[in-house]
Amino acid sequence: MALPRHASTLERIWHYTYLVICALIFLFLIAPILIVIPLSFNAEPYFTFTDKMLRLDPAGYSLRWYDLLMTFGMGKPDAVRDAAWWADFWANSAWLRAAKNSLIIGFFSTILATALGTLAALGLSRPEMPFRRAIMAVLISPMIVPIIITATGLFFFYSWTGLANTYTGIVLAHATLGIPFVIITVTATLVGFDHSLTRAAASLGATPQTTFFKITMPLILPGVISGALFAFVTSFDEVVVVLFVAAYDQQTIPRQMWNGIREQISPAILAVATILVVISTLLLTTIELLRRRSERLRGLSPG
Amino acid sequence: MSADATGDAYVEFDRVQKSYDGEVLVVKDLNLAMPKGEFLTMLGPSGSGKTTCLMMLAGFETATNGEIRLGGEEINDIPPHKRGIGMVFQNYALFPHMTVNENLSFPLEVRGMGKDERESKVKRALDMVQMGEFGNRRPAQLSGGQQQRIALARALVFDPSLVLMDEPLGALDKQLREHMQYEIKHLHESLGITVVYVTHDQSEALTMSDRVAVFNDGVIKQLAAPSDLYERPENSFVAQFIGENNKLAGTVRALEGDIATIELADGGTCRALAVNCGDVGSRTLISIRPERVIIGAGGDENAATAEVMELIYLGDHIRCRLRVHGNDDFVVKVPNAGDESKELTVGQETTISWHTRDARALDPL
Repeated sequence: MALPRHASTLERIWHYTYLVICALIFLFLIAPILIVIPLSFNAEPYFTFTDKMLRLDPAGYSLRWYDLLMTFGMGKPDAVRDAAWWADFWANSAWLRAAKNSLIIGFFSTILATALGTLAALGLSRPEMPFRRAIMAVLISPMIVPIIITATGLFFFYSWTGLANTYTGIVLAHATLGIPFVIITVTATLVGFDHSLTRAAASLGATPQTTFFKITMPLILPGVISGALFAFVTSFDEVVVVLFVAAYDQQTIPRQMWNGIREQISPAILAVATILVVISTLLLTTIELLRRRSERLRGLSPG
Repeated sequence: MSADATGDAYVEFDRVQKSYDGEVLVVKDLNLAMPKGEFLTMLGPSGSGKTTCLMMLAGFETATNGEIRLGGEEINDIPPHKRGIGMVFQNYALFPHMTVNENLSFPLEVRGMGKDERESKVKRALDMVQMGEFGNRRPAQLSGGQQQRIALARALVFDPSLVLMDEPLGALDKQLREHMQYEIKHLHESLGITVVYVTHDQSEALTMSDRVAVFNDGVIKQLAAPSDLYERPENSFVAQFIGENNKLAGTVRALEGDIATIELADGGTCRALAVNCGDVGSRTLISIRPERVIIGAGGDENAATAEVMELIYLGDHIRCRLRVHGNDDFVVKVPNAGDESKELTVGQETTISWHTRDARALDPL
């Protein structure tokens, strides 16, 4: 955004003030995330930068908190790291178990949310659908209603139906929370979808099923995948519902972090946070790449 | 309307009505029969029901009443994908995620055709529209005219005997449009297919069609060959919609055989062919084509004084707007013969004339 040559002094002052304001807002948003990364390599059990760290002395940094993440909950964390140690790690590491739980719950709730959300979006995009706005509002409500209310409701409903303390219960609950994201992204994709394509497919002799899998699905796939990623992230960092409906031994990563903060606060939490930041960044990059691909496919840019 | 009588109609609309909301009829009592191999154009202003008719034939809209028949069989309840009708859409509707080759082999694939047969058919179809080199491109990499050719090839690749075209040339520029008109016409002739073509462009309808159905307000106003439509319009709407037209309003004073004597609004009289004017005493509108009006008293039967209002130079002819019988919008096309002695000037009084057979007394609008 270059300044035009005819800019007056006032415009110049405003131009630079504006840039500074933008930079500050950007910093405000990103600083809490960035600060976590170096602190997670702290050699001391503090949440502050030590003198050594500030002097960039290698002795001030270590991977001890990442190591603690692995060994926490193990039977013999200090043994020699041979096959038996790794077996112990695989079986007993609390964080690894939490990660496994998070991935399993995230995976199944994402599949469920994506399938149901995509179907809902397809139905809601049809012009003959009655009460579209009302139905849309109901389906989106899990995103708007405070999560504590959803969680309380689920707690009572699950206790009554026997779904409490089960993986099925958590997966269903997380799918509920993920569906709105899928509906919103897929609906947005369908807005730009040219419905004469489905008519063209029909006139060429394709059954509605073939049309859906060969024409509609490939073209809305970027929206579906974006929605799935959002649904996965929603499940992956969800703690309130898990606290309400999960059994004691059904730890997920956010719940384990919550426990960690309450019980023994240590930079290990920051190490987890750093890993999560890296994973989230990768997911968001995927979304952006998919968005560009979809634009290219719709002929918005040549290539 | 010979096809109605012979009974060997290939496409037939039998008392078809269509209403979207259950109150207003978009298509009112449509009867239409076309023989195999015909190129029929549905022409009309937007909202006249022509596209709705096409969509009912394709199966994307259902008829509220009446029967639609294809090759003698009723097709009202057959879904679009089982009708086997090729269709070219206004916005081409090429699948953007597929290459040109994949687009063309799609209809063959869903018919379970083998790979070799598919390839040879796709190649033949692409060669037919002179796009053989473009098989591996994606639609977004093609120009509008090229995309239109691919859409045409895709609608023809599975050898349908009926092809529907919904304003296929609407998005192209004038020159390309005219070129494509001839190309579509030639394909129709060489392949022997039956074509139903929808357009709102009257010159397109006249150049391409065997017959034209002029739609207005949900009914066919006239169904005739292009030359009949232009030279022998049956009602004022058709006279007005097809080509340029001079109107003179009046009242029928006498009828002798098929010649009506009409008293015009300013008191003058005019003799005209009684086509659709009703009995003595009824209101009528006389239609005269601009090129049938003679400057000077050459026409024997009808002469009138005219005042030149405006002259527009158009190269091959001069468009001359006159005041005739109180009508300011009477247009005459004067050929540019280069004869300066006959040149008209604005404000000049002159005499014009026309033959009785060229003036058609039609229904008042």
